[in-house]
Amino acid sequence: MSDQPTGVPREEYRPSPSDIAPKLADLQVGRTVVTASIPLSRADLVRYAGASGDYNHIHWNERFAREVGLENVITHGMLTMGSVISRIAEWAVDPGAIVDYRTRFTSPVVVPDAESGAPDTPTTSLEMTASVGAVDTEAGIARLDVEVTSGGTKVLGRTQVKVRLS
Amino acid sequence: MAVNTELQGSSYPLAQPFEVTREAIAQFARATGANSRSHFDPESAAQFGYSDVVAPPTFAVIPAQRTEALYITRPDAGIDFARVVHGSEQFTYTRPIVAGDVLAATCHVDGIREAGGHAMITTRTELTTADGDEPVATVVSTIVVRGEDA
Repeated sequence: MSDQPTGVPREEYRPSPSDIAPKLADLQVGRTVVTASIPLSRADLVRYAGASGDYNHIHWNERFAREVGLENVITHGMLTMGSVISRIAEWAVDPGAIVDYRTRFTSPVVVPDAESGAPDTPTTSLEMTASVGAVDTEAGIARLDVEVTSGGTKVLGRTQVKVRLS
Repeated sequence: MAVNTELQGSSYPLAQPFEVTREAIAQFARATGANSRSHFDPESAAQFGYSDVVAPPTFAVIPAQRTEALYITRPDAGIDFARVVHGSEQFTYTRPIVAGDVLAATCHVDGIREAGGHAMITTRTELTTADGDEPVATVVSTIVVRGEDA
């Protein structure tokens, strides 16, 4: 799934409560539960701008981005944050099981325009790994600790997700 | 212009409640690669016990940023938006947001701290049902306003 161009929406999937949602009792602290490579194109930024209403110029206009001291157009931090949680929500099966999600934006993710070919050709990607940080069986909550890099640089810091599981 | 620290503690309610639609949820889900049918199909969402399609976990940023803007764009806030960098973000849900929700939102300016020529501002937006009776989610955001020399 992860190597599919972002211009083509990935196929919807139909989870149901009968799907195998992870069980708290099966989770081992330190164990990696989600890894993904998420390609990004300039078109993804435009799509996120429209969906979120965040039309800040630095997320689509290269001239403006350079004028304010950036190398090029950068992703909305919230696009990075939203794309990462989508992969974790798939693991959790029920997207509503995510009860807490926090991160720090440590480095911008630069998204150059594609030099040739289709404008929605990915020009960068996010690499993510989520592992079990803690399991609270009494509260019914698992905490995942997430590492997110792009081009070898850490782009999110202290990223934690709390998931309600049975 | 320097960031106005006197606005610490001020609050900004959204004038009109935020109405959550199926279309907005589907559009946001597609934009963030959230492919669960429960974002698009009410029947799939119902299998999880939701009254309608469920929003992805960061959807609350839409009403939150709209509410934060009431503070950030205030002329006497002293915030040059071209110098703003997003520092951190946290979502805490009492329950997931679903289509049909009508949400009231109030942004509280919890902290304005100046250090090394920069200003770090923490806002907390509380999302509740429109009558204010039921909490839904809390969105805490920090932005950094870079100093003139930075």
